[in-house]
Amino acid sequence: MDDQIRTESTRLQLTGGERSRVARERVYRLVLFLCAALSVVVTVTIVVALAVDAVEFFGMVDPVDFFTGTTWVTARDQFGVLPLVTGTLLVTAVSALVAIPIGVASAIYLSEYASPRARSVLKPGLEILAGIPTVVYGYLALIYLTDFLRGLGLDLGTFNVLSASIMVGIMIIPMVSSLSEDAMSAVPDSLREAGYGLGATKYEVSTGIVVPAALSGIFSSFILALSRAIGETMIVVMAMGLRPRMFDLTDPVGSLAESGQTMTSAMVQAVTSDVGAASPTYKSMFALGLTLFAITFAMNLLSNAIAARHREEYQ
Amino acid sequence: MARNVPDDGKPSRNERIDAAEASGETGGLIETSVTTEDSDEHSTPGRTIIESRGVDVFYDDVQALRGVDMEIPENRVTAMIGPSGCGKSTFLRTINRMNDLVDSARVEGELRFGGTNVYDEGVDPVALRRRIGMVFQSPNPFPKSIYDNAAYGLKVQDKTDDIDDRVERALRDAALWDEVQDRLDESGLELSGGQQQRLCIARAIAVDPDVLLMDEPASALDPVATSKVEDLIADLAEEYTVVIVTHNMQQAARISDKTAVFLTGGELVEFGDTNEIFENPEHDRVEDYITGKFG
Repeated sequence: MDDQIRTESTRLQLTGGERSRVARERVYRLVLFLCAALSVVVTVTIVVALAVDAVEFFGMVDPVDFFTGTTWVTARDQFGVLPLVTGTLLVTAVSALVAIPIGVASAIYLSEYASPRARSVLKPGLEILAGIPTVVYGYLALIYLTDFLRGLGLDLGTFNVLSASIMVGIMIIPMVSSLSEDAMSAVPDSLREAGYGLGATKYEVSTGIVVPAALSGIFSSFILALSRAIGETMIVVMAMGLRPRMFDLTDPVGSLAESGQTMTSAMVQAVTSDVGAASPTYKSMFALGLTLFAITFAMNLLSNAIAARHREEYQ
Repeated sequence: MARNVPDDGKPSRNERIDAAEASGETGGLIETSVTTEDSDEHSTPGRTIIESRGVDVFYDDVQALRGVDMEIPENRVTAMIGPSGCGKSTFLRTINRMNDLVDSARVEGELRFGGTNVYDEGVDPVALRRRIGMVFQSPNPFPKSIYDNAAYGLKVQDKTDDIDDRVERALRDAALWDEVQDRLDESGLELSGGQQQRLCIARAIAVDPDVLLMDEPASALDPVATSKVEDLIADLAEEYTVVIVTHNMQQAARISDKTAVFLTGGELVEFGDTNEIFENPEHDRVEDYITGKFG
């Protein structure tokens, strides 16, 4: 209608704006996209690089032997990955036993109980714990923690799984506590007030209302911390020894008291040993890396699935 | 804010009663609240159950309430009205010591509930809140099932015998049972806003408190849901002492027996029978307020 009334000259000019502005927008968009794409490119590159060498490794070693073998002695070309996988899982499990209760308890304290004064001391303390280089933790485990545990009457080897695992646990406490605290702090105060209004105590409100409402975030913190424990290298290289050992279900205490080896530690050994770059020992590093990647990737998927299931149930 | 709640260590049942007895005459009240029937026998409609004497509340250096004197009658609806920031919600939260959750809050004066000053040393705010339920401004059901929402207070207060019956009665009394009886396992957050608020009312009355504090319970609701909640409040007054904060003067006029008018500065300007307040207020400022000249 308007078109018929208005003449060409009176019509509002809204098209054909400044060409340079449009061009600038395109550049911004492209730069931002490239940055966002970088992480994906790197991830894909890593997987491809690992896969190429791993395929070469599996040309030399039967994948079935690799994934089902229970002996890892590279010098004798025995590449059974299970002792390393159980070693890794043992470290992860023990560190989880240390980090999850302590981490969640500190998160509850910081989020629900602590006075601003107490928080101002404790929070930086935890952050410092997160900033200590893992080589220092490894040293502490080897020199002090093992001695301390022996003082408690445990019969431990110089290198042992227990001390390394506990130290990995201590290392990941800040991840659990800080992410869990964020999740708990995000629970609206109206839910706490509802609890107090019904005559609940602080402990009942914290554990019965705040923790359940923050559960998805708390679970995510567990998964992230455990992924970190699975990938931890320095502490286990220094304090756990280098002897791959199947976890012995009939003697779990013995398995903890002796030395062991994780996948990460075996990779370090492969890359630092003086074998040729074409040898199966050297190539085994890539197969191990790929296996490790698959495990942590699965953990991340699990974490996302859990977070989606419990996603912000409060409003 | 709830970050810094003072320590409410969980006292044993005995300690709670001891604390209450040490501070005065609440020992008898504790027995009466065991069942609805009992509290009906002992309650005296119209008798003063909550008495405020010179209550001042400060948030740091800011005074939110100035010398409030008020007598709240048992089994009646008492409305508190006034413009934003007049302190009416603060007063409500002073009654069940919810202001304890705010670090900067300080209360002076006496607030007697059943004869006991609730700010006396030795009074356990947890024990107090078990007798004084609260419904908040916007519906705040827990992210739990409808059943667990209604049962939460019962579980916390160890009133778990006949818990299914108590939950059903509370949901019926809150006029919600017919709408939710087939979906008690669903999350309370699946309900509409009005249903959520009635669930919060059910949650509060399930534990059979003596007093129900309501902080603008209908302000986040649409008109239909509002009228349902208002009808409910009228019914609730037969069993409970209801103290309601509202910014809606028509609502106060419709549902309350007594009205308190707070005006800016945290002053209780006028308190009396609702009809008197609305038809023949003593103060010009109150008349200006309720006729809409300001606020």
